[in-house]
Parts: sequence; structure tokens; C-alpha cells
Amino acid sequence: MTVWASPDQTAPAPLNGDDGSPGFGVYLHWPFCAAKCPYCDFNSHVRHAPVDQTAFAEAFLREMAHVRDLTGPREVTSIFIGGGTPSLMTPETVGTLLNAVAAHWRVPANIEVTMEANPQSADANRFAGYRTAGVNRLSLGVQALNDADLTFLGRLHDADEARAAIELARRTFPRLSFDLIYARPGQTLENWASELREAISLAADHLSLYQLTIEDGTPFKALHAAGRIAIPDGELASNLYAMTQDITSDHGLPAYEISNHAVPGAQSRHNLTYWRYGDYAGIGPGAHGRFAVGEAVEKHVTITERHPETWLERVRRHGHGIAETETLDRMAQADEMLMMGLRLTEGVDLARHEALGGRTIDGQALQAMIDLGMVERVGNARIRATARGRIVLDSVIAELAQ
Amino acid sequence: MIRTGGALPLGMRPRRRPSIAIPLSRQGVRPYISAMTKTPRSHIRNFSIVAHIDHGKSTLADRLIQMTGSLEEREMKDQVLDAMDIERERGITIKANTVRLEYDAADGEHYVLNLIDTPGHVDFAYEVSRSLAACEGSLLVVDASQGVEAQTLANVYQAIDNDHEIVTVLNKVDLPAADIDRVKAQVEEVIGLDASDAVEISAKTGQGIDQVLEAIVTRLPAPPEGEGAEPLKALLVDSWYDAYLGVVVLVRIIDGRMKRGQTIRMIGTDARYQVDRVGVLTPKLVTVPELGPGEIGVFTASIKEVADTRVGDTITEDKRPTAVALPGFKPAQPVVFCGLFPVDAADFEDLRAAIGKLRLNDASFSYEMETSAALGFGFRCGFLGLLHLEIIQERLAREFDLDLIATAPSVVYRMTLTDGTVTELHNPADMPDVVKIATIEEPWIKATIMTPDDYLGAILQLCQERRGIQTDLAYVGSRAMVTYELPLNEVVFDFYDRLKSISKGYASFDYQIDGYREGDLVRMSILVNEEPVDALSMLVHRSAAEKRGRVMCEKLKDLIPRHMFKIPIQAAIGGKVIARETISAMRKDVTAKCYGGDVTRKRKLLEKQKEGKKKMRQFGRVEIPQEAFIQVLKVDG
Repeated sequence: MTVWASPDQTAPAPLNGDDGSPGFGVYLHWPFCAAKCPYCDFNSHVRHAPVDQTAFAEAFLREMAHVRDLTGPREVTSIFIGGGTPSLMTPETVGTLLNAVAAHWRVPANIEVTMEANPQSADANRFAGYRTAGVNRLSLGVQALNDADLTFLGRLHDADEARAAIELARRTFPRLSFDLIYARPGQTLENWASELREAISLAADHLSLYQLTIEDGTPFKALHAAGRIAIPDGELASNLYAMTQDITSDHGLPAYEISNHAVPGAQSRHNLTYWRYGDYAGIGPGAHGRFAVGEAVEKHVTITERHPETWLERVRRHGHGIAETETLDRMAQADEMLMMGLRLTEGVDLARHEALGGRTIDGQALQAMIDLGMVERVGNARIRATARGRIVLDSVIAELAQ
Repeated sequence: MIRTGGALPLGMRPRRRPSIAIPLSRQGVRPYISAMTKTPRSHIRNFSIVAHIDHGKSTLADRLIQMTGSLEEREMKDQVLDAMDIERERGITIKANTVRLEYDAADGEHYVLNLIDTPGHVDFAYEVSRSLAACEGSLLVVDASQGVEAQTLANVYQAIDNDHEIVTVLNKVDLPAADIDRVKAQVEEVIGLDASDAVEISAKTGQGIDQVLEAIVTRLPAPPEGEGAEPLKALLVDSWYDAYLGVVVLVRIIDGRMKRGQTIRMIGTDARYQVDRVGVLTPKLVTVPELGPGEIGVFTASIKEVADTRVGDTITEDKRPTAVALPGFKPAQPVVFCGLFPVDAADFEDLRAAIGKLRLNDASFSYEMETSAALGFGFRCGFLGLLHLEIIQERLAREFDLDLIATAPSVVYRMTLTDGTVTELHNPADMPDVVKIATIEEPWIKATIMTPDDYLGAILQLCQERRGIQTDLAYVGSRAMVTYELPLNEVVFDFYDRLKSISKGYASFDYQIDGYREGDLVRMSILVNEEPVDALSMLVHRSAAEKRGRVMCEKLKDLIPRHMFKIPIQAAIGGKVIARETISAMRKDVTAKCYGGDVTRKRKLLEKQKEGKKKMRQFGRVEIPQEAFIQVLKVDG
């Protein structure tokens, strides 16, 4: 399980503590939001009465103890608090959760600890508290840098609030990322280019740039089906994507994943664990975990109850909220590794893929993808999607998966 | 016109004919059975019913069975003679069925009436002709509101050719739309029958059924006197395979008697059998001691396969053979061919077994193994017509639970090669090099179309487009009857669908094969990404090639999903491209956000995608969905 090659030996010393290994991350999911965004299909819930943070924090701790029993002792390479909107938590709650992680697993000093936050001033007022609690990397949900589009996206902040939050976060946290959603209705190459340039000028070391996707079960889905939202077609979406790659890399923030850009060495260590198909524990409502136990070849999947109060009740009764488990055989793991790994610019380590799957990759399918210019070899050890392959990656993966 | 299993309601288990639906132990329980085999010729009437589809033939048969008490009330159901699910659902008769009715007539005498219910559709004209040959008379059923239709004509002329007496029956006279006088005039004008004494009935309500029974007795002739009482001479009318009884043979006794234990000889096949069982169909099989002259009944004789019996053959006694054999029938020739391939290559053996089983009971359907570069192993099958093709496909799908791909239906071409040899071409993929072909001939049909005159213009245009030659046009009231000579190859494509669509379903259509004529035919290949797809190649008339090619390319463009590269689709004759479309490359297909929680969902999506890929056929680098092979042949009305 320790067969990996460092992606780039010559890169500057990383800020994220990345040694090229898949790692072991701990993910905590805070499922509440002040408002539900119309494009979002994440597990988030709006509560009109104040959420009892103490009760939830206690449940997180109980579930964490249970998951720790499942994973056994591990050294944590990163912690990520996502949501939902974790910045609705008080710094005290965040501190409690982080301390609990350190109590259950071995947590070296200075590992990456990321938390997601919204740019509203109320949340920004707590930034210093989060830093004190141990957060060293903030991920801000900016989404757009103009008010009209922020309103369309259902965000509660305006563009000036976003700029102020970015500024404050840069001063407060050693590392900062923020998200933008593009390929919005009516967006042209020109206006996205100028918005992206402004974002780069505001950015610290990391940007997540997602094309707007109409997800099932969201208000946007219904509007789209009714013909009231038109998103850029394949041609324009593809051009927007290509332009995004060019502009970001010209400004020193090249893509290291389909939608993620960083100054070399400032990639999200935690998310790299997902894409490198490392292990992770998932705590909180609707969190997913994936980890091997000891030297076994199988990987265990845990999925907790999504509904926050139901999850809380389950934890009270059973000590955990795990609602679903799955054991992945080698072939499923090999497919998942490919599915995640080809998203990365560093690509997939073939030796590790083979060790995981217990068989070599389908050589004929691989050669066909190489011939089409969708995939390329990086030396003898790795393969990765080309620029052409990345924009149709789901189809490429479908060809390569067995 | 062509369907596969996917589009149909889920299959049911194969049904057997009603004859074996009762346990054998119950046979022969009716005390009057033995008496009825002694019926004198003068008290026997053998008749068929001819009608257009939906004019009420099967309902009338139901009423006749009910009225004469052949089945108890609890055994009665609608369309009792149509045993197959497909027959019952579509309201059509595919297999001829026989029922013996006991009738006490107004003259105080007891009669035996043998009804052979025949299929109405032209594809089964062969079944009709042999059924008619076993009878002396026919009931012509005409819908009193719709009047004479194309199929009515074809079948009634066959009955007239068989020297039948014909009793005209106007059905559905209780409907407000019934126009009895007009329809009677039509029968006289179009068919040339005296309709003044037509029986007016409603098979639905039972009105007039007694008069039909009286007309059968008084107006249809008894079986004629033959050469004498001995020896046995019988016409082999039909045969089928029964899971319990083996091959059951339907016979019409001309002379002599057939009884259990007799050693019989089939003159045509020169085979000898010992009769195990003699019976009649009520429509249940009821064992009787013997069958006498003029009667219709069945026997079993440990015959192994339906193929061992030849319809139209003469059956006689082995020791005392009859001097003169019956003229017999021409065997049915398949006129339409298509390839049937399993969707999943692993189902090939199941398909072989299923086809073999269907063939046991349907000698008119032929098959041989075929290998396609595109579709793998399958069978090239021959059918009596398009309905027959559709029904066989549907039965394979339902009764055997098979998913099939059918290739474009093709007719049988006759080719004279430059070296003088003449060959038949069943599959366009087998066409020899053009330089070796001197001439190609194709089958033509004589088509009769009847339509309300509102649609006549559009129908004439359709026939002209299909290289038709008009031979007659006549009006009966506001209905037009037009006859055309048409190449069958133009009809198998989508003619019937188009006709239905342009006439809103009001036109009726019938045809008969009318020999071969030379034609300027070329093989059109379809190339997907520069590779010919054998299953899509077809022979077309040179004048129609470009249009057909363009339509095929346009349809394929919509049916084949985008790939990572662009795909040219071409129609070509020889090396010359006559139509072209391009499927542009996929522009974007990537999940924007994918983190730890999305892995399970994405893997499940991937697994679904892999399932979907199984429904595709690989041609070089291109995957073509299976339904494309079926859809591409459908042309929108």
C-alpha cells in the first residue's frame, strides 16, 4: 500500500506538508446553512431556530470515538471542516472538534487544517477565533465578484463583502482558497476573463473554479427544465474552461485538478487525499469515510445519516450515525482510483493502481485513449489526462474503467 | 414496423392450442360424440369465414360456438379460437383454427358444421388457401359501416377460386353508422356477389346469429360425393406440435374412413404411420372412433416433427392406396428476409433453440445461420411477409424472453451473373461484385388499396414515389379502390406505416406477389467512421438511392451519441459517396466537483455507464446503440 512516487521531486518545499503519499484525512461535516443556494445539492439544511451546537459537538465526539475504533490508530495528514456552512459554528465548537481529532488519532504539528466559510461580515468576525482554535487554511465561498450574479446564485453576501472577507482572511490565515462558479447564464468569454483576473489579483495561493452544473433536485434543475435558465452550451463551456486554464497558469496558479488551481506546493493536501485515493474518516451528518484496516486489501466505506437531527438521534442511541457501509473489492478500488486520480494533473501512479486492483490497466483501452490524444504517459510510471482529455474526462474514465 | 422485445409488454409463457388445454382423461366424456361421426355427408357443412381485420370474424365465430353449445359458458372467452396471446391482443388470427359445431336446424335435422377460422392477413394467404380447400362454402363478413376493404377482396376471390358458395353476412348492423344499403351495393358492385339475401347480424349482441346458422345449412352445399366409400383418401390440411400428443394432423376426409390402428400412407412423403388417435375439435380435442367422408378432424400417429408432414398431401390406406392423389398445394415461399441477432451474444444458443421451437409449428418460416461483422452470430430468417416477420420477432421476444436486433428487411432478389448462372440473394451483404452481375430482378406485387377519397391524392403520390404503376382506379360511393403494381422492396421499407399515417388509418391495403422484373438496383452501403456496417447495407433502386441514403445518414446522426472524436456517416454505392453527415466530437463531459463524498455516487454512475455500453455495438472505434438498427428503418410520417 505504500507504492507511490512523488509527483514532482523538484517542486519547492510544500506548504501543505505533501510528501506525495495518499495520506489519511479527517473530514467533519457541519450540515447547516443560513440559506440554501439554488444550485447546491450538498447535504445542507436551514434551521429557523438556533442550532444546539453543544449537543451536535457532543455527538461529533461520540461518533469520532466510534470511527476511531474502526480505523485503528492512524497518523492524520489533514483535517477538513466542510458543509453546509461551518462558519456558522462558534470558534469554541470548532476548537472542541479539532481537539477531539487530536485526542483520537496522532496529529502532527502544522498539518493542514482547512475550514469552509462564507464571506458575510457576521462570519468574518469569527475568523480570528477559528485561527486560534487551530484552523490554518480557510476556503471561502465567494462564487462571484459581481452583485447581479451573486443575487442570481442566491448568495447572502455582495461583492464588496467578499473582497473584504478575502482581505481579512489573508491577514488571519497562513493559507487561503476561495471558490468561484463560472459558465453562468449569459456569461461571455470576455466578462469571465476580467472577473477571473480580478480573482487572481485577490487570491493568495489557491483557487477553486467550478463550472455551474445543474444538479438533480435543486431549484435550478426545475428552472432549467422549464427553460428559464440556459447555461452555456458545450462549445462555449469548453472554451470557457480552456481560457480558464490559460489565464490561471499564466498567473502562476496552474490547475492541479479539473477545477482546482494553486501556486505549486500550495495544493489542498486534504483534497489531494481524495484524488490520490487515500484513506479518510468522515464524521457528522452525511459524511463519507473510506479506509483500509491494517494490511487488508479491502477498503471500508462508511456513510452517515444525512438528516442532522436524525443523525443526532442515531448517535445518541448507537454511538454513531453510520447508516450505510460497503466493502470495496480490489477491482472497485482500482476503478475509483482511476476515476479520482485522472482528475489530477500529476495523474495516476500505474504501479499503485496495479497493486490496488491486483491486475494491470486495460492496455488496449489505454492505447486507444493515448492514440486519441486523451491520455498521455508521464515517464513509465504514470498516466494522466491531456488538456483535451480533461474536458471529456468522464467519457475517458468510462473507457478505461474495467 | 419492426419491434424488439424491449418495446413490448413483458412476455408470457407460450400458450398451447386450446385442443390440449384439457387433461386427456376428460376426453370423450360427451355421450353424443360417437354418434356424430356417423353423420351422413348430406348433414355435414364445412365452411370458412373470410373478412377484413376488425370486421368481426372472430366474434362471429365466438357466437356460433356459444349458440351451438360447443363450449360451456365458463369455458367461453372472447376470440376463443385465437389461442396465441398475440392473436388475442392484436385482435387478429394468425393460425387457422378449426371447430366442430353441433346444430339442430329448423328442419328438425341434426347437422355437423365444421368451421375453419382463417387468418385475414395477406401474409397468411397460404393458411387461408389450404383452409378454403377443405371447405365447400364461406361466410363473407363485411362491416356494415365500413364496407368492403382490401383484405375482404383478396380473401373472397380466393374463396371464389375454390368454387365456394358464399353467404354474405353484414355485421355490426346495430351501430348508428351502419349503412346496410350502401354496403350491399358495394358488395354487388365491387365483388360481384348477389347481396340481396345478405344476413344482417350483430355478432356483438347476438342478433341474427340463428339466421347465420340456418343459412349455413340451407345455402351452403354438403360435401360432394366422391369416388366411393373406399379406400381412405384425405387431405392433409394443417399440422402442429403438441407438447403432450406430439404432431397433430388436421385432415379433411374425402373418401373412406379413418380409424384408430389403421396403417396410413402419406403419398407425397411416402411415409407410413399407424394412427394412434382420431378426434374432432370442439374446439377441445375429443377422441372419436373414426372419421367418415366429408368430415374434418384430427389424428395423431407418432409423427416426430411437423416438418414430416406436408400440407396438401394426400393420406390414404397403406394396403389399399387410392388411385388418384389430390392436387396438393404449392409450398409457401418466404418473400421477406431479415437477420435476427441476440442483443447479448451469449444468448445465441437460446435464440437457436427458440427459433427451432417456433419452426416446429410454423413450417413457412425458414432460417439459416448468419455471421455479421457488426452483430456477431445470428440467423437469416425468411418470412411470408412483414406481419409474419413482426409476429415471429414478437413471439421470440415474449415467449422466449429474448432481446433481439433485427436488420433491415430485404426481399429475395434474383441475379443473373455474367457467366450465366442464376442465384437468389437473401442478404444484401452477400451481393457479388457488380462487375459479375448481368441483371438483377426483384419481386413485384399487385397491391389493392381502398381508401376514403380524401386521402387518395396523397396515396397516389406515395405509390408513385415508390415506383408504382397504377393499373386501375375505381370509385364505390366515396371510397376509392386503386390497384398498383409495386416493387416489393419499396413496400418492405416503411410503406405500410406511411400509408396508415397519410390516411389516418382509414386506408386498407392488400397485396399478392406478382412475379419478378428486372430493375436498376444497386447496393447501398452505410459507412460509420469510414467502416461499412454490413447490417445496414441494402439494395435500392438507383433512382431512390440518394434520398434513402440521405434519410439513413440523418437518422443515424441523431441515433449515434457523440464520441470523443468526430464521426463521418456516409451512404455509398460502390466507392461513390451519395450522402454524408458528421457527428461532431463531444465538447464537454466532465464532473466539475468531485470530492470524498462523491466517489460512491460516481462509481455507481460509472457502473451504469458500463451497463449502457453493453447495449451498444462496437464498430471500429464507434459504439452504435442497438435501437439504432431498428429506428433507422423507421421513417417519420
